[in-house]
Amino acid sequence: MLDPELPDLTIADLGVLRDVVETDGAVEVSITPTYTGCPAMAMIALDVQTALDRAGIAGRVRTVLAPAWTTDWLSDAGRGKLARAGIAPPPPGAGRRALFGAPEVACPRCGSRKTEKIAAFGATACKALWRCRACREPFDLFKCH
Amino acid sequence: MATTSITVANAPLLDFVLRRADDALILGHRLSEWCGHAPTLEEDLALANVGLDLLGVARALYAYAGEIEGAGHDEDAFAYLRDAGQFRNLLLVEQPNGDFAHTVVRQFLYSAYADPFWRAMTRSADPMLAAVAAKSEKESAYHLRHASEWLIRLGDGTEESHRRAQAALDALLPYAGELSFVDDAERGLIAAGIAADPASLHPAWHATLDAVLAAATLARPAGEWSRSGGRTGRHSEHLGPLLAMMQVLPRTHPGARW
Repeated sequence: MLDPELPDLTIADLGVLRDVVETDGAVEVSITPTYTGCPAMAMIALDVQTALDRAGIAGRVRTVLAPAWTTDWLSDAGRGKLARAGIAPPPPGAGRRALFGAPEVACPRCGSRKTEKIAAFGATACKALWRCRACREPFDLFKCH
Repeated sequence: MATTSITVANAPLLDFVLRRADDALILGHRLSEWCGHAPTLEEDLALANVGLDLLGVARALYAYAGEIEGAGHDEDAFAYLRDAGQFRNLLLVEQPNGDFAHTVVRQFLYSAYADPFWRAMTRSADPMLAAVAAKSEKESAYHLRHASEWLIRLGDGTEESHRRAQAALDALLPYAGELSFVDDAERGLIAAGIAADPASLHPAWHATLDAVLAAATLARPAGEWSRSGGRTGRHSEHLGPLLAMMQVLPRTHPGARW
């Protein structure tokens, strides 16, 4: 199951898929939002429900809020996929300090660490806009959260 | 065809949840009004993103309010089918966008409170409120940083931006007193460890204001007079038109679906 906004990332890579439990033949899939208002959640829930229905599995999707999602749940595979898609993965170590610090971000295209923030908010709630001062290309940074 | 408005009875936990949900919805809606009009493209995205975070908080809280109330009202019913007198949001968040300085000051005053409020609420004895708080506190912190950076840029900017930032602060600070509103019902929730005590948040709020206003070279208006009423449904004249815009579609076409 791919995230609708992030190329090639599965919802498991992203940490959005929290649990799959089978009870008496019925499956319950638990998902959690990245950001509280993430508009992709409805689509992810629909995609999961559709996949269950297509496979002929009786099941339902449940949205859970706790524990709160953090970028530390991004898998290593997911971080690699982000970088290959031109999105700098979040610096490891979640929490307020990482959110407010001045993280050293490597350009996902040329690898240079001479990068700077253009805007604190980007095309989706989970991203900020950065630019590389070496190769001059702008890029998205997946915000630490 | 028109729909009938709903009325929600008062009950301590329900009031507490609806008040915070209404704050988030109304402020989020105000920010959405900037969509396509912000001073720069980056700021357009920023205001929409902050609004989206707030809408997410509102949805989670309305869903919980529906459970508490047990009258079959979902998040859409709370947002679209209540009249102005049924909304319990702060007067601050319904104030018009004004110029960009007004929007920045309104966001700063709200976020400077919301940030320590949600952080304190992560320790709520109510598991659902603690779960919402754990998500909101990081988002609120990010909003506060963004609003603070803008306020400093405007206040410590040109003569004109300074003048406008000071005018916005003078106009909006009187509404900030309502942030620490408590009534008997909320005192009961505070005693039960469910609600954060506004009095305990004052030091953080004042420290943020002092630090940012100093960096922004802005003067805190003298006098402690304040305006309130939103928490008990007595609103300024600005909420009605906002609701008319927000509610017209679902009220004109009840039950319409995409």
